Amino acid sequence: MDNNSNNIIVLMVCPVSNYLEQEIEKSFKVFKLWHFEDKEQFINTHKDSIQAVVGSAAAGADAELIESLPKLEIVATCSVGLDKIDLARCKEKGIRVANTPDVLTDDVADLAIGLILAVLRRICESDRYVRSGEWKKGEFKMTTKFTGKSVGILGMGRIGTVIAKRAEAFDCIIGYNSRTEKPNLNYKYYPNLIDLASNCQILVVACSLTEETQHIVNRQVINALGPKGVLINIGRGLLVDEHELVSALLQGRLGGAGLDVFEHEPDVPEELIGLENVVLLPHVASATVETRKAMADLVVGNLQAHFGKKPLLTPVV
Amino acid sequence: MESIGVLMACPMNTYLEQELERRFNLFKFWTVSDKTQFLKAQQNNIRAVVGNATAGADAELIDALPKLEIVSSFSVGLDKVDMVKCKEKGVRVTNTPDVLTDDVADLAIGLMLAVLRRLCESDRYVRSGKWKKGDYKLTTKVRFTGKTVGIIGLGRIGMAVAKRAEAFSCPINYYSRTEKPNLKYKYYPSVVELASNCHILVVACPLTEETRHIINREVIDALGPKGVLINIGRGPHVDERELVSALVEGRLGGAGLDVFENEPHVPEELFGLENVVLMPHVGSGTVETRKTMADLVLGNLEAHFLNKPLLTPVV
Repeated sequence: MDNNSNNIIVLMVCPVSNYLEQEIEKSFKVFKLWHFEDKEQFINTHKDSIQAVVGSAAAGADAELIESLPKLEIVATCSVGLDKIDLARCKEKGIRVANTPDVLTDDVADLAIGLILAVLRRICESDRYVRSGEWKKGEFKMTTKFTGKSVGILGMGRIGTVIAKRAEAFDCIIGYNSRTEKPNLNYKYYPNLIDLASNCQILVVACSLTEETQHIVNRQVINALGPKGVLINIGRGLLVDEHELVSALLQGRLGGAGLDVFEHEPDVPEELIGLENVVLLPHVASATVETRKAMADLVVGNLQAHFGKKPLLTPVV
Repeated sequence: MESIGVLMACPMNTYLEQELERRFNLFKFWTVSDKTQFLKAQQNNIRAVVGNATAGADAELIDALPKLEIVSSFSVGLDKVDMVKCKEKGVRVTNTPDVLTDDVADLAIGLMLAVLRRLCESDRYVRSGKWKKGDYKLTTKVRFTGKTVGIIGLGRIGMAVAKRAEAFSCPINYYSRTEKPNLKYKYYPSVVELASNCHILVVACPLTEETRHIINREVIDALGPKGVLINIGRGPHVDERELVSALVEGRLGGAGLDVFENEPHVPEELFGLENVVLMPHVGSGTVETRKTMADLVLGNLEAHFLNKPLLTPVV
């Protein structure tokens, strides 16, 4: 990188990690949008100098932000999901986009399996049972076996594929739904999501969030999964009709749920807080020390590549 | 067979109890206030004992039941049955192997994920409303994929744990009384060496006099401040006092425990720790498996009293 790199201005739109901030600051000048009370005024003042935006699953670059930054050249997101970026607008304006695929695949898949085991075997509930002293009064109830259950995967991309491989080690029968059938896969393809939900006991949401997939898991899908079915969401909150999910759980129309994502993070529907057949996580699927470092390195690497006029490491657009 | 006296050592499963009551003359040991008196009175009636991980047939009980022919354990572990005395007296012993292997292995993996990825702590964070106040600072959450798993005891359950861990790209090392041929897993001739060469140590061997406190201070120190202990065997496999002090002092990174030395008592110092996950001995505790285990106990008893070969004999 040349000596002038420290003049390149990067706008971070949300906090990600201290490590990422420190690393970006080594090579670039950074503005942190969340430090400014009057965001509009800040953007007005600095709009002609901001050349890069760094986002995450929480916030990215929508049409409004892109329009207000005429010098914007690249949006680098510390996530694999691109739902917070207006990709069409970026393409239109020749703005590069980079994300963090692959480095987080294993962690997200591990969490999906962890959620399945936690829900079916009531791991968190049992832990509460012991810590509260209840075990001294009586045995914990019986739970449900995971090995051999049928697992349906919505979205057979990098993450879905790796989840399937892990579930196979538990002798699970794998079915999937995806925009197109994947060749050479040993798993049964269901062209219709409701059919997949009717034919599996555990449905894992692992597809991207786009306009088409918003609320793809709706009342019909939830009803098809049924009173013994379990929904695992490690995708995006908006993939599931949360309102329908909550009422299905309260009414017993759905057996249980393991959720890492919600429609309005960090708000979680209060009704879920009291349920024992759910496990609720604060969007931590890629949140291990190892992976968050690898993701941050990829964000910085992409920025350095772009401004060093080299090929992007993980370009989307 | 309704006249055959069967002594159930402790409550273990409603379905099993009901079926035993239906098919035999069932005595529920835990409902008896004067056990000595009871045994004297019934010693010629009781021909079978049904036990589990909590209570079985020790030397004293076996000696008190001269007509005892069979002990059928609702467990795979036989540490609560005096096997030597049974052999001596020609008392048959059965257990419930295989049918619970998957559930126990599943729980071992579940505990690993729960400890490393702080699942229970994170769930508490959401339920308490803390997430609204700030992102969960994940300074201690560690990736599971690729971590080296060390298994003590490569029997049915140990092998099932290994198979699952392999799907997470975990290298597998093990300790066992003898090295197993033709395995792609690396053998270590001592538990301390195994503990020095793995990130996650799983106890999956039977409890015997030799394996009591097999996890001692030396092993715990070898596993170290980043190491995680998973116990899905028996509480007495681990020197619990040493384990607690190691966790409290940070000499051990974390633990996932389904069993304890003095169940249902769990050392209270563990309750305040975020790097442990504590289960109330539920390794085989699913509806599906407990029914299959119960049917195996019943099947073994019926086979014995019909002079047919036992389904899952140990002795």
